[in-house]
Amino acid sequence: METKTIKETDTTSQQTVRISGSEAIIKCLLAEGVDILYGYPGGAIMPVYDELYKYQDKIHHVLTRHEQGATHSAQGYARISGKVGVAIATSGPGATNLITGIADAQIDSTPMVCITGQVASHLLGSDAFQETDIVGISTPVTKWNHQITKASQIPEVMAKAFYIARSGRPGPVLIDITKDAQFEEFDFKYEKCKGVRSYIPIPKLDRTSVEAAAKLINAAKKPMIVWGQGVALGQAEMQFKAVVEKAGIPSAWTILGAGAIPTSHPLNIGMVGMHGNYAPNVLTNDCDVLIAIGMRFDDRVTGNLATYAKQAKVIHFEIDPAEIDKNVKTDVAVLGDAKESLAALLPLLIEKTYPEWHQKFKDLYAIEYEKVIKHDLHPTKEGLTMAEVLKEINNQTKGDAAIVTDVGQHQMIACRYANFNKTRSNITSGGLGTMGFGLPAAIGAKMAAPEREVISISGDGGYQMTIQELGTIFQQKAGVKIVVLNNEFLGMVRQWQQLFFDKRYASTEMTNPDFVAIAKGYFIEAEKVTKREDLKDAVAKMINTDGPYFLEVCVEKEGNVFPMIPTGASVSDIRLE
Amino acid sequence: MNQNNLYTVSIYTENNIGLLNRISAIFQRRHINIESINSSVSEIENVTKWTMVVLLAEDQMKKIIGQIEKQVEVIKAYYHTEDETIYQESCIFKMKSDLLFDERQIQNIIKESNARIVTVNRDFFVIEKSGRKEEIELLYRELNVFGIMQFTRSGRIAVTKDEMKISTMLEAFQA
Repeated sequence: METKTIKETDTTSQQTVRISGSEAIIKCLLAEGVDILYGYPGGAIMPVYDELYKYQDKIHHVLTRHEQGATHSAQGYARISGKVGVAIATSGPGATNLITGIADAQIDSTPMVCITGQVASHLLGSDAFQETDIVGISTPVTKWNHQITKASQIPEVMAKAFYIARSGRPGPVLIDITKDAQFEEFDFKYEKCKGVRSYIPIPKLDRTSVEAAAKLINAAKKPMIVWGQGVALGQAEMQFKAVVEKAGIPSAWTILGAGAIPTSHPLNIGMVGMHGNYAPNVLTNDCDVLIAIGMRFDDRVTGNLATYAKQAKVIHFEIDPAEIDKNVKTDVAVLGDAKESLAALLPLLIEKTYPEWHQKFKDLYAIEYEKVIKHDLHPTKEGLTMAEVLKEINNQTKGDAAIVTDVGQHQMIACRYANFNKTRSNITSGGLGTMGFGLPAAIGAKMAAPEREVISISGDGGYQMTIQELGTIFQQKAGVKIVVLNNEFLGMVRQWQQLFFDKRYASTEMTNPDFVAIAKGYFIEAEKVTKREDLKDAVAKMINTDGPYFLEVCVEKEGNVFPMIPTGASVSDIRLE
Repeated sequence: MNQNNLYTVSIYTENNIGLLNRISAIFQRRHINIESINSSVSEIENVTKWTMVVLLAEDQMKKIIGQIEKQVEVIKAYYHTEDETIYQESCIFKMKSDLLFDERQIQNIIKESNARIVTVNRDFFVIEKSGRKEEIELLYRELNVFGIMQFTRSGRIAVTKDEMKISTMLEAFQA
């Protein structure tokens, strides 16, 4: 370890003790406040598992049914709690199976530490059994990674791993530990990391940029806010709400921003992006000042950049300097932590309301309601819609549930129609779009917040990508409510095939198994609903059941998600049908 | 803004295993070829300096610098145009010794190009030349007429005309 780290001595572990590398790993995890980790054992990580056995009263290891599930569970844990999720696996295939979850955590800024076993250091590079260059493989999808070959490196590297994962813009860190380093004994002493000299987690707030932002906002006639996950990651929900309310600005959210202010808040004007709401998408190209807060102008948000908010002055509140001007040119960039930046902005703002501007959003909402929402929520034709399932869940959970979704049509419908009363309630794979994310992520979310209702909503496609995690739910008795919206299609791809490929449904139709029987095979109570009149009671039964529950809802086969911005189109050319 | 230029990228980093992979991956994912790359110690103890040459548009260059700088073990990254740096490359030619006596103009070429003979033995002699890429390419063309046994050119190394405030930055960290 040649990296210079700034250490903070942990007074509780001042004295050194002679222990093995693997015991040191457990002690590091405990010192970092880890109480749960998700993983799968194997040859190269066995010494650590032996210590997990000894420490099982202090740290709970959850055996997932696949290493990918371990990462998604760790992500769900992190996303609902804000704490660092931890996943552990063996070398070779165990390690490579983590990659999808790591990539997902990287693009969605989720704090996660992954620990992998590695072949003994004298075997490195020799194509040993279950050897893989996981540091090389994981480099482009980790915030930081490191290989440990000597036990004495463990405390400093582990401290640094947790510090990097959770600080600044969070992200995944992978630590690879050779088997000999796990066995080796050394004098253990733990010091928490409080800084790395080459790394500035939070840029220093420049007051003049805040003043410039305030000036633009105060002078605006048609301002609009788009906020992202940065608000929740920065624990800035209170400051954000105060800014929105004082300035009276209509505020829209990206998929990962959902819930930072409640869905029902009068200034919450809905979701932007490909399947977002009509008004905020259309009026992005009408506003005079666009205020982006903790978001990164993903292409699914902006549509065609050449026609995105060209008329507007753009203000970007952002923690990561690399995001400034990456996709959208800003007029004022406010670098820093959302909480601090928004707190500095608040006193500079003038109290305002924009009745005419707000009316525009209301008028466009009325159009979206007539064309789309009414038919989604109150269908008159036969065949259940996904949206009415969400409506029923809203009614029965009062919007207090954490909704964990997979990827596809059901995800867009869930984000559009779920009521999010609380922050950190929409747990979904945003940037990477990882099918199979939902079910294991729900396990982690439920274990991190057992007091909350956690509802996993998946489609029949994504559900089957990680369906084996039903075994984890059963073994852990995790009280996850599992809803599968079954349309017997890979629905989103089918929708694209219908709209852009002349209905050539290439490999999107699914012949599905008996999902209820599978759930029951894992001793999970289960029910299947096919009729509208049975939905209410079925959701009630699910909510009122202690412990896990599976509900399959057969929905219309060829339902589409609208509004929709076709790829390459402008946000204001969003289609309603 | 969107036309391609040659940029010299200077990156100050910790001296850690795997960092080359991390930095080159940022170019790779945007499908950008690295024209030359050099890694060495820098003016600051325990700090490595990378010098890379890349051909791309300035707006893309800026974004890449941001993404390089965001890597945990990168201390600071800069990009400069040709005018803003003093740069050199070095090259080595291995040629048959007979040529020194049979082809007298070789000695003139060596003299005029400010190259130097590093070693001579019965079978071959070795010429070294430092300079700009064009000077090295010219020497290559001139010598190639006589037959070159081996040729190698180094990556660019460069210093900037303006000050890089890296030392003061690091001092601030340590304080």
